[in-house]
Amino acid sequence: MCDQKKFKITTINIFLLLIMLGSSSGCSRGESNVTTGNRNGILHFGNGTDPQELDPHIVTGIPEHHILTALLEGLVAKDPKTLEPIPGVAKEWRISKDKKIYTFTIRDDALWSNGDPLTAHDFVWSWWRALQPKLGNQYAYMLFPIRNSEAYTKGKIIDFSQVGVKALDDLTLVVTLENPTPYFLQLLDHYSMFPLHRATIEKFGKAHERGTLWTRPGNYVGNGPFTLKEWHLFKSIDVVKNPYYWDAKNVSLNGIKFHPIENVTTEERMFRLGQLHKTASIPIDKVQVYKTNKPHLLHTYPYLGNYFYRFNTKLPHLSDKRVRRALAMSIDRKQLTTSVTKGGETPAYTFTPPNTLGYNAKDGFSFDPAKARALMSEAGYPKGEGFPVTQLLYNTSEGHRKIAVAIQQMWKMHLGVDIVLSNQDWKVYLDSVNNGNYAIARAGWIGDYVDPNTFLDMWISKGGNNRTGWSDSRYDDLISKQAPVALDKVERYSIMADAEAILLEDMPVLPIYIYNSKSLVHPSLKGLQPNILDYVLYKNLTLDPALSKEKVN
Amino acid sequence: MFHFISSRFFQSIPVLLIVITATFFLVRAAPGGPFSAEKSVPPEVVKALEAQYRLDQSIWQQYTSYLVDLSRGELGPSFRYPGRTVNELIAAGLPVTAELAFYALLVAVFFGVSAGVYAGLKPNTIHDYLPMSVAMIGICMPSFLIGPLLVLLFGIELEWLPVSGWGSTPGDKILPTLTLGLGYAAFIARLSRGGIIEVMTQDYIRTAKAKGLPSRVIVLKHALRGGLIPVVAFLGPAFAGLLSGSFVVETIFQIPGLGRFYVQAAFNRDYTMILGTTVFFSALIVLFNLLSDIIAVWLNPKLRQQYRSNK
Amino acid sequence: MPEPTQYSKDYLRHRLLATDKGSSLWTDGWGRLKNNTLAIVSLGILCCFCFVALFTPIIAPYGYEEQNLILGAVPPSLDHWLGTDIFGRDMLTRIMYGSRISLAVGFLASAVAVFIGVLWGSIAGYFGGRTDIFMMRLVDILYALPFMIFIVLLMVVFGRSMLLLFLAIGAVEWLTMARIVRGQVLDLKQQEFIEAAISLGLSHWIVIYRHLIPNILTPVIIYTTLTIPSVMLLEAFLSFLGLGIQPPESSWGLLISYGVETMEEYPWLIFFPGLFLSITLFALNFLGDGLRDALDPRASKD
Repeated sequence: MCDQKKFKITTINIFLLLIMLGSSSGCSRGESNVTTGNRNGILHFGNGTDPQELDPHIVTGIPEHHILTALLEGLVAKDPKTLEPIPGVAKEWRISKDKKIYTFTIRDDALWSNGDPLTAHDFVWSWWRALQPKLGNQYAYMLFPIRNSEAYTKGKIIDFSQVGVKALDDLTLVVTLENPTPYFLQLLDHYSMFPLHRATIEKFGKAHERGTLWTRPGNYVGNGPFTLKEWHLFKSIDVVKNPYYWDAKNVSLNGIKFHPIENVTTEERMFRLGQLHKTASIPIDKVQVYKTNKPHLLHTYPYLGNYFYRFNTKLPHLSDKRVRRALAMSIDRKQLTTSVTKGGETPAYTFTPPNTLGYNAKDGFSFDPAKARALMSEAGYPKGEGFPVTQLLYNTSEGHRKIAVAIQQMWKMHLGVDIVLSNQDWKVYLDSVNNGNYAIARAGWIGDYVDPNTFLDMWISKGGNNRTGWSDSRYDDLISKQAPVALDKVERYSIMADAEAILLEDMPVLPIYIYNSKSLVHPSLKGLQPNILDYVLYKNLTLDPALSKEKVN
Repeated sequence: MFHFISSRFFQSIPVLLIVITATFFLVRAAPGGPFSAEKSVPPEVVKALEAQYRLDQSIWQQYTSYLVDLSRGELGPSFRYPGRTVNELIAAGLPVTAELAFYALLVAVFFGVSAGVYAGLKPNTIHDYLPMSVAMIGICMPSFLIGPLLVLLFGIELEWLPVSGWGSTPGDKILPTLTLGLGYAAFIARLSRGGIIEVMTQDYIRTAKAKGLPSRVIVLKHALRGGLIPVVAFLGPAFAGLLSGSFVVETIFQIPGLGRFYVQAAFNRDYTMILGTTVFFSALIVLFNLLSDIIAVWLNPKLRQQYRSNK
Repeated sequence: MPEPTQYSKDYLRHRLLATDKGSSLWTDGWGRLKNNTLAIVSLGILCCFCFVALFTPIIAPYGYEEQNLILGAVPPSLDHWLGTDIFGRDMLTRIMYGSRISLAVGFLASAVAVFIGVLWGSIAGYFGGRTDIFMMRLVDILYALPFMIFIVLLMVVFGRSMLLLFLAIGAVEWLTMARIVRGQVLDLKQQEFIEAAISLGLSHWIVIYRHLIPNILTPVIIYTTLTIPSVMLLEAFLSFLGLGIQPPESSWGLLISYGVETMEEYPWLIFFPGLFLSITLFALNFLGDGLRDALDPRASKD
């Protein structure tokens, strides 16, 4: 009776479905990104969170770093293998005997992406801009080794000409430092020290205005191997080869497409479908799977970062360093990294990662439950009796929770202490830690540059990143006074090792493991050199179309 | 009719105002600010940032400035994307969510109405029980169960369809649309079934049958209209539901739409984004409800009569 | 009231509803319900789940937080009937504890919704006139708002306490209840016994409390049974987004969200919690439908 009507309705349904299918551009599966990318020389790069902005004086994240190193280049770059400085925009440099004056000679063929010549004045102006307090540059401190820069940002000096950077002429830049800073060349490769094109920025607003239109495709002028072609909010950022780049002949990629994929599981699936050449990370539970079945796709390498817990040393029961040491010594880090994190991370018995450009601190402790128990008894809590229930705070994430739960159990088992877990949203957690509303809090620190100082200067008494309430005048003296003036690397490293020994003896922080960078890489992408900063030099990368069909699924 | 529309429209304005005010103060009350950062930030920098976002003013000043901006249609700068305004972000995410919601609504209405009418025309038979049981499944299985299961089956096991993105790979719009739409299809199926049953017992249908009209004509011309009324009345809440459903579907399928941004903005304490999206969604929903009310009155002569007599 | 012997079923139903005598309605309703196999089975399943939920601490095979990191996630086996999760925790235990939260939130938040809704609807319907118009306009407006947005915001602002969760969810669901109750009260108001009570000089509140509310219990019960699955869905939805229940507690919604992440390698982590949630929702819906058929067949299906 109603069949005709049913038929009509069914046809309408099918018609609509077809419209939907059709509007999703084509009915076939189509070629994968890897195949088309290899053919056209486009690298598909999984880039984690969506970048906030592309102005290097405003951003702070790693996804932004990957894009900015494609669009801009600093005075000095890094060798991907050794992480030693290699020429960038500066073709050579001289360092004065007292190690405080650096003279850079800029390449005469260095150009901006609109053809303008790049001069030393560009650097002076860019660093001036980076120090403008109105801009809110959270990385302004990277420039503080330069003489008077900190005073300028804080408003103590108003005349910028007193700051230690000058352009002697178009191609000569002279930088004067407060102290001999051996890692200064490292700093120059951080995006906050990159040069910016003054005319472009001033065309779209005042120098200290945040978020003007100068960073949009079509307006962006940079000096790096690539230029900004498209910026689809939340979808992708496309960069293409910059013909004006001084070393363009050595850049084999024609472009890079950065895919912001926040969810690691989704990213891994996309990789398996051939949509990405390289992922930013890999789901923890998949590490073992890849290790067993497809080890050639998995790239892991130690990363310059430390996963640790902070102690609020102002709390009475945590103010005794024996308690803190006992807690540190009763964590079986080997089991943690094998069964819980499963990422092949290195257990940490020091705060600075081992082999930080040749620096190796001595282990401050080891896994020794018996000794830990003895220390607890000494401190007045035999078998954990009398130890108040303590809160362990971490920011909401299954990964952190896993570790916290495991450690909670280890502490209960070995020391008899009761820990209660508490998790907060990222922003709330940050507030709690910054305001000292915690007992033990999970933390992580990634080094900004390859030098132990980036790990050790956190813990000086006035350090904004300290937040534990711990202070030691000997430590302050070693780090703030003695280390900066040491002229010789060996001497300097030994001063820092002494300081670190004090830190590890008092243990205001509990190192747990050294981070690992993990990613999946398609066999057709060649030239990636693993290093401790996960630093990628795009110039060295090549794509091999012959390997497009390699199975990654 | 005009009076009806305009009175409803003016009633919506205080509603929106309440929504805006409530959200504004709620958001400010949340712990954790947008500038809480892991690396310690020098106080001068914090001051500069706060000045730019007017956070250094008193809360009442901020509120009034916000209202002034709002009246000009400006939703303010985003905290998370310093170079973008909330307007831009909404403009970037809206087409995606709108498309998703629209397709899902189409799926819901067409599958739902056809199933419901089919079942309603032969009540209490197998033609009724089968579709209605399937509909029950759609109602009882939340979208965040249906979605992953569809992904597992069609995306991973069978590898027929892509499992993430929207518009980047062919066919990647199918699974998210089905996930969002099927639940509503089920509900609409029940609604239209009920409507059809009620209508079919009406006298005027019996008259039409007695007159000898073919059943197809009866259903299409008379019954459908009456049967659609409960569905149309439901469209307003359905739209609101689709928007909130998009939160989950966009999260599961990594779709760059407004729903996902809203949730992220809430977590990130991106004040302006939260406010802007809330205002925007509320305005949309109020508009959509108004539309659905108008259509309902237009479709249903009884309501029209009622309205006229109430005036 | 004449003995209903030879009248048709429809007439009987109609007459039953016209009376205020709850007892015959109840026994007849129960009788009718018994015939609805699906509803009875649902009732049985729900009672089973509630029983298990109540006695979980005693009957659960493993401890709630008992981990076995070496074991990791394994599929269902003799030791672990429903498998284990990535920490090595027994899924059967987790699901049982999850049921406590999911069901508790379901019942309690519904209770909040019912309480507010009944009060609101009765007052609106009883006093009528301007009060009614104002109160129901408010309901109409609130009905249209994007509540999800507010709940997300509330959860983020005030942290995720269970109490807040109940209140927030209850605050969303009371609207339908208010509408239904108001409709019922409007009907009842016409009845003579109400007029009688008023003319006797009883205060409005006593009339509402003693006479009105007991007589609207029927639709209230029906719709409560239908509100509970909505509430449970809402809680699961919030937990899935990370805004509802927080660890260490877990609800089925939270378990499902964990399962989604690893559903390729460990599908049982999403399958079983999903199964139990769906069964509970089915059962509640069938029971609600059955109750409606049994007690108030005049009402439309939706």
